Amino acid sequence: MSTLATPYLMLAAILFCIGLYGALTKKNAVIVLLSVELMLNAVNLNLVAFAKLGVAPNLTGQIFSLFNITVAAAEAAVGIALLIALYRNKGTVDVNEMDQMRR
Amino acid sequence: MFGDLGEFFTSGSNLMFFVFAILAIGGAIFSISFTKVVHMVISLAVTFLSLAGLYVLLHAEFVAFVQVLIYAGAISILMIFGIMMTKHAEEEQELKRPLHSWLVGLGVAGLFGILFYAIQNSTLPDPGVLEAGENNTLEIGKLIFSVHVIPFELMSVLLTVAFIGAIVVAKKEDD
Repeated sequence: MSTLATPYLMLAAILFCIGLYGALTKKNAVIVLLSVELMLNAVNLNLVAFAKLGVAPNLTGQIFSLFNITVAAAEAAVGIALLIALYRNKGTVDVNEMDQMRR
Repeated sequence: MFGDLGEFFTSGSNLMFFVFAILAIGGAIFSISFTKVVHMVISLAVTFLSLAGLYVLLHAEFVAFVQVLIYAGAISILMIFGIMMTKHAEEEQELKRPLHSWLVGLGVAGLFGILFYAIQNSTLPDPGVLEAGENNTLEIGKLIFSVHVIPFELMSVLLTVAFIGAIVVAKKEDD
C-alpha cells in the first residue's frame, strides 16, 4: 500500500542523490555550493510533505522549512564570500587546488 | 508500485505533481551534465521553481513564495555573480580521476537503493487533515510570533552575523 507521501519522498531522495553526486564530483566550487543547495532543497521538500501528509499534519513542518531556507541563504552568502576571497589570493575556484591547509 | 499508475494520472493534482517532478529532476540532471557553469545555474533555477510549484500543491503557499524569492531569485543571482567575479570563461572539464567519479557514482547509487528500499517498504499511516486555516501566511505568522519566537529571533541574529561576516571576508584587504 503506497500512501500519498511516497512520491514526494521518492522525488526528494532522487534530488538528494543528484545533489550528493554533484557536490562530490564537480570541480568548480560554485557548482559544489549549488549542489549543496539542491540537497537542502530535497530536505525541505520532505519537511513540507510531512507537514501535509504525515501522521500529525501541522504547520510546524513548514516553519521548520522556512528556518532551513534561512540557514541555506546564510550558507550561500558566506560560501560565495569565501570563494571570492580565495579567488583573489589564488586565482582559481577549482576545489582540487584548494589545499593550502595541508602544506 | 506501478499497478496503480492509471488511476494515479486521473487526478489533476497528481498530473501537476508529475509535471513538476519531471521538471525538477530534469533540471537537476541537466545541472550536473551541462559543461558551462552559467547553464548549470539556470537549470538549477528551473529545479527551484518547480519545487515551489510542488509546495503550492502541498498547500504551503508561503513556503512556495519564499522559495521563489530566496532560491530562484536571490541564491541563483548570487551564484551567477560568484561565477562572473571568478573565472567563468573556461568550461567545466571532466575530472582527471575517472575512478573517483565512478566510485562516487557507485556510492550514491547504493545510497539511493537503500533510500528506495526504505521508502517503498515503509507503511505510512493515513494522513490526518492539515488544519491550515484559510490564510496560510496568517497562520504561519501567528505560530512564528507565539510558539517559535525564540528560534525566529535567533535566525535574525544568525543572518546578521553571517552577512556581516561575508562582507568582512570578501572585502579587499587594503581598504
